[in-house]
Amino acid sequence: MPDPMLIRAVLKGETVEVKALIAHVMETGQRKDADGKLVPAHYIETLTATCGGRQVFRAEWGASIARNPYLSFRFKGAQAGDKITLTWTDTAGASRSDEATIR
Amino acid sequence: MPLSRRNFMVTAVQASVSMLTLLAPRWVLAADRRPAFDATAIDAALQALGLPPPQDTAEILFKAPEIAENGAAVPVEVESRLPNTRAMLLLVEKNPHVLSARFEFPAGTEPFFATRVKMAETSRIHAIALTDSGNFYTTRLVKVTLGGCGG
Repeated sequence: MPDPMLIRAVLKGETVEVKALIAHVMETGQRKDADGKLVPAHYIETLTATCGGRQVFRAEWGASIARNPYLSFRFKGAQAGDKITLTWTDTAGASRSDEATIR
Repeated sequence: MPLSRRNFMVTAVQASVSMLTLLAPRWVLAADRRPAFDATAIDAALQALGLPPPQDTAEILFKAPEIAENGAAVPVEVESRLPNTRAMLLLVEKNPHVLSARFEFPAGTEPFFATRVKMAETSRIHAIALTDSGNFYTTRLVKVTLGGCGG
């Protein structure tokens, strides 16, 4: 099971600023290991953010997003105390959801 | 040939599929967008997404370092000032696979993102905004002193 995402969501005026650090190898499929064998591609393909049952952000990624991805986005229409949930799915079919409270 | 039950069902399913295609948004469906991430050139990536070549604009704010010491994690921050920006694409011209990311902004979400990309070598990075009035792009040249796609 991958490590939880670190999610920070702060209300600034009407806008919620979300910053997330996501633990993932993000293997490109281009890299060779110590024995010279290609390490198979393994990376996050989609990431969605929902708040109050509403999808507020969606990302589709290729292999060239950096290892342990950092992501920031901004949305309106939420209050301090509301919960935001981030969910990712990777090329191996694994997925993980984590939640944060908007401050 | 009389219309057998099987033939009828096949026709009905085909009809529903075409209806779904008609009802789908003007963007290619998510699953059908995956091949674009394997494209090795920008025009091929756009073609795979069913997008015409974008127009140059100064209305996309694009922050990226001029020189990146480490191509494994190059910070980029992009904000569109174009009205009704529905989605944005991030592409690294000289990477083995040029399309890095596609971000979607539902109503109420600002057309903004920040992330970090891998860069194989010195390259232009393109940010493309998909708006109701067409597609627009801007680019930044990032010099990489140590490539990142190897590890």
